[in-house]
Amino acid sequence: MSTAEAAPGEQRNGSAPRPRAGARWPGHVPGEPGVWVFILGDMTVFALLFGVFVYYRGKQPLLFDHSQGDLHRYFGAINTLLLLTSSLAVITGVRAVRAGYRRLAPAAIAAAMACGAVFLINKGLEWSALLSHGHKPATNNFFMYFFVLTGIHAFHLILGMGVLTTLFILSRKPTLTPGQRAFVEGGACFWHMVDLLWIVLFALLYLMH
Amino acid sequence: MTALLKSRVSLVWLGLIIATLISWRIGTDHGVHAHLATTIVLLVAFVKVRFVGLYFMELRDAPLPLRGIFEGYCLVVCTTLIVLYLA
Repeated sequence: MSTAEAAPGEQRNGSAPRPRAGARWPGHVPGEPGVWVFILGDMTVFALLFGVFVYYRGKQPLLFDHSQGDLHRYFGAINTLLLLTSSLAVITGVRAVRAGYRRLAPAAIAAAMACGAVFLINKGLEWSALLSHGHKPATNNFFMYFFVLTGIHAFHLILGMGVLTTLFILSRKPTLTPGQRAFVEGGACFWHMVDLLWIVLFALLYLMH
Repeated sequence: MTALLKSRVSLVWLGLIIATLISWRIGTDHGVHAHLATTIVLLVAFVKVRFVGLYFMELRDAPLPLRGIFEGYCLVVCTTLIVLYLA
């Protein structure tokens, strides 16, 4: 794939130069429209969960604040930095695929996967520390929401790791079909969704008081 | 390749990291009034979400309806959460 080759769904306009290395032309839907139905639907479900959490926090603010004090906030902060870094790696990988950098693309995706793996290890350590101190989902409403929300998010992250594995394999191919290129973009957007959902969860679960 | 690595998304990433550290500082500093601190933390979180959408998901180059839905989501969810929190 050369840098002069237009991505699927993109319209080359005469001899207009590509504005940024690996960037897309304006007016292009990343991935496929169906992917966005899924992503926006998932984001809406999470928005409802965010609202429910804040509503019930308002009913028991002291309990929520006290329970939050038992969290190890470093885990939340480090995991936020990890996912932001993984997102940078993924967009770098997508742009490298478009620009034809066949060594950079898989390396960037692999770096994102490494960040995701460390996130899951951190999450496991955090959960074990909480459980060993007697903080279970049944302990109170805060910990119920904490384990449910972080559990659903971790499930999405594990799905995202599967998507990144496919992106890694595709990024090593010398050429991609239009469908494969759309999958790379859509899969990347799914990973970024996992990142942005965590940004809100970090604010709600670890910082709100 | 250097141009790709030194692109605007790298600067956005740096900004997101700095925003995370600032909101962490504000969110864990109980010297700051709780309502003010949490409102700032939520605002910063959704500004970060917007930047992830526009620059990492590349929605700033997407058709206006898709970008509009995403930006509308950030605005509506952020406002709702702050109102629920302050109510």
